[in-house]
Amino acid sequence: MQLKNIKGQMSLAACALLQVTSPTVQAEDNEWDVDTAVLLYSEGDGRVSAFEPAIYAGRDLEDGDRIDLRLVVDALTGASPNGAHASSVAQTFTTPSGKGSYTTKAGDTPLDDTFRDTRVALGADWTMELDRLSKLTLGANFSKEFDYTSLGISASYAKDFNNRNTTLTTGFAFNSDTINPVGDIPSELMPMMREGFSQNREGDNDTKVITDFLVGITQVVDRKTIVQLNYSLGITDGYQNDPFKIVTVIDPVTGLPATGGIFDTGVTGNLPYVYEKRPDSRQKNNLYFKVVRHLEEDVINFSYRYYWDDWDINSHTFDFKYRYQMANSYLQPHFRYYMQSAAEFHIHNLELGSEVDQVTGEVLVDYASNDYRLAESETLTLGVKYGMPIGDNSELSMRAEIISQTVTDDNVPAGEETPDLDAVIVQVNYSFVW
Amino acid sequence: MGVEPWERDLLAKKSMRLNADYLDNFYDEHIYFSKEASSGGQGVGGGGCGCN
Repeated sequence: MQLKNIKGQMSLAACALLQVTSPTVQAEDNEWDVDTAVLLYSEGDGRVSAFEPAIYAGRDLEDGDRIDLRLVVDALTGASPNGAHASSVAQTFTTPSGKGSYTTKAGDTPLDDTFRDTRVALGADWTMELDRLSKLTLGANFSKEFDYTSLGISASYAKDFNNRNTTLTTGFAFNSDTINPVGDIPSELMPMMREGFSQNREGDNDTKVITDFLVGITQVVDRKTIVQLNYSLGITDGYQNDPFKIVTVIDPVTGLPATGGIFDTGVTGNLPYVYEKRPDSRQKNNLYFKVVRHLEEDVINFSYRYYWDDWDINSHTFDFKYRYQMANSYLQPHFRYYMQSAAEFHIHNLELGSEVDQVTGEVLVDYASNDYRLAESETLTLGVKYGMPIGDNSELSMRAEIISQTVTDDNVPAGEETPDLDAVIVQVNYSFVW
Repeated sequence: MGVEPWERDLLAKKSMRLNADYLDNFYDEHIYFSKEASSGGQGVGGGGCGCN
């Protein structure tokens, strides 16, 4: 029995490295481990809300193989910043369909409240025991949203060494994504048109492919400590714009959204906003370190990730959990801190004359986006989880967290700053053996 | 560095798994992917999303 547990644990350690399901409750042979959860996510100020149920099921097969399945449904509603910044005048925008408009009050950050979507994601992993010390995991993923489809495959190979104290892993994944946005694909760096005018569009869909590589090592340090170190490389080629994001064109004299001339809306139909444009290739790198340490009864879980890419973004992520073991349950505080630099093409707005030709309206820079997610920012997360067993083979847990994200708006005129984002997470998990 | 097979009692506990809070982690990856410019690091695969 002890040997079986050891084998199972090493398998689980390898599976965790591969992002393969590692169920909370360990089933016996021919039984399914089932993890279920419901997540409620809510941002302040009427922004995005999400309801996300998920179910995972996995079981051991013959000859040391294992299969894991997952289903996630994600229902989103609310409003999302459209990329234009707040102004001291009211601003009117055309909806993505081109068939409607909405107006943002002076001083408010423009939000597009037509944002609404439901996502269904399916995934399956099959882990094969090649020999006593090595495993191959093959995976497939499919997700479908109203305007987005993603299809992916992955493969990982893990081999144990050093009396099974060391596991080396290599992984590969390939994703093919298609976006088919409402109102079709906006023409990059072309103006948003007033409602009723022909919109600047180029086709009804676009695609990107994502290829990921990973190498990692997991090491048992001592009886109470295990560490993990991964390096991963991700290459994305294709359409990477957010089709719903725009950038404001301002008159440098007034500091307000441009009017008159090419932006004489009544004549040309051009609103003083252009659709964003990002490079069509991106290379991401991650260096990820994790340590899990058992104390007398409690467990510390710490990770650090350094990320950098060729959009000039780099970031640091620190994640810390402390599992405080009580008599028959546990309490787990969680702290996460994240900071990132801005993408090289992140820009607050474009100036008429220097960055936008004031006669033709042509944008004179190669790329531009005011997506707050590409800005210099910090995110702080504080949370707590409580878990307790229900019977012999099931566990109930609850988690509540608050997230606070702050965008660093240096050199931005007063009143045009990006507002902080505050969000709350509430989650309930139930795991059992079936 | 490392342990003998009979010294794995603590390492075999669920709470010592590298991805002990699997579903929490899965949700977090999705949330932060949609709110931040960085993603990944822990593994490969997992599927795409139009939220970023």
